[in-house]
Amino acid sequence: MEDGMIKVTVIDREGVRHELDAPTDMNFNMMEVCKSYELPVEGTCGGMALCASCHMYVHSDHALSDPSADEEDMLDQAFFVKENSRLGCQIHITEELDGLEVELAPVS
Amino acid sequence: MVETDILIIGAGPVGLFTVFEAGLLKLRCHLIDALPQPGGQLSEIYPKKPIYDIPGYPSVLAGELVDNLMEQIKPFHPGFTLGDRAETIEKQADGRFKVTSSRGVVHLAPVVAIAGGLGSFEPRKPPIHNLADFEDNGVEYIIRDPELYRNKRVVIAGGGDSALDWTIYLADLASEISLVHRRTEFRGALDSVEKVENLAAANKIKLIREAQIVGLEGNGKLESVTIEQADGEIKIPTDHYIPLFGLSPKLGPIGEWGLEIDKNAIVVNTLDYSTNIPGIYAIGDVNTYPGKLKLILCGFHEATLMCQSAYKFVYPEKKLSFKYTTVTGVSGFEG
Repeated sequence: MEDGMIKVTVIDREGVRHELDAPTDMNFNMMEVCKSYELPVEGTCGGMALCASCHMYVHSDHALSDPSADEEDMLDQAFFVKENSRLGCQIHITEELDGLEVELAPVS
Repeated sequence: MVETDILIIGAGPVGLFTVFEAGLLKLRCHLIDALPQPGGQLSEIYPKKPIYDIPGYPSVLAGELVDNLMEQIKPFHPGFTLGDRAETIEKQADGRFKVTSSRGVVHLAPVVAIAGGLGSFEPRKPPIHNLADFEDNGVEYIIRDPELYRNKRVVIAGGGDSALDWTIYLADLASEISLVHRRTEFRGALDSVEKVENLAAANKIKLIREAQIVGLEGNGKLESVTIEQADGEIKIPTDHYIPLFGLSPKLGPIGEWGLEIDKNAIVVNTLDYSTNIPGIYAIGDVNTYPGKLKLILCGFHEATLMCQSAYKFVYPEKKLSFKYTTVTGVSGFEG
């Protein structure tokens, strides 16, 4: 692992795997990482857990912090929600997340 | 019919501030917005969130910023068409644009400023393949007239305030009411959650948790819904299905106005934020140009330059001289 940089994998809606570098020192979240690589994530609300347009499924078994009440509320308004659903904007990039694998949820 | 100088589509912060800048140039404005209140995203999505990058305000709540903007534009008496969506645009023989709303309100103006943000807020529709077949034939996304549900069987889906509130309201009116929710817990006001739990305990409503609606059946008119739960699917007969999953912004009809669009945003010339159609401008989050930042403060700047350029469409024969508010103050319009 390069200093200050982790590897994450994003599977897009066509099933294509993207291996991305994500910086740990820029206060990034997964929504922003996807946007910076021009993957089709809207991030309409800008990362306030208020729109669910960065809905994704977490495939790897990394220990993520539990979703906040705001995030759960927003997931209630999303569709195709599964056990491993999260909002990308609430997944903050830290060293512990090296090797994280997520899949973009369908657009609704 | 509404006649004005600048017709502003979208009553978010940028649309509101346009009224001020236009007012300084003696141009009158009218705003159209799909939401029932002004403020756009700030009022609808995050009224209680603090914003830290408005010059001169170390911190201001989004809702407060809207209130302040409304106060700031008061002297210019803007008109509002709220809870209604700008649908079609036509160029008139006299050079003005005719914009008709979904409720049929006609607006005439020589200048149209699109400050539509991310688009107009519309109900989120669940991904059920034949949902559209039953729209207005048993499926409604917004409750306009509760009387429609008197002595009818109703299924509501959702876990937020509107789902809870309408379940409570319709409990007395409908003959049968079921609330279907993805989780066991409900968000929304504690008081409403308690009321719903009590209604369920008293068998006044049916609460179906950890479930979602996956199918609709009927012949032209809705007859039943299929509900998926952990242990399989059940079908319950109903007259109405009301999915209440909040609102999300969609660019909507503006996308078909012949404007140059790139990735859901309107392409503008940064000289004056004009679009490819003379007389139509796009400002704020709805536009795009090299280096674009979706920030309220950038939208304010865009609105200001746009008004200077728009002036020539309203008063082609007049010269515009730039003045500071510190010199001239703010003189509003009468009445």
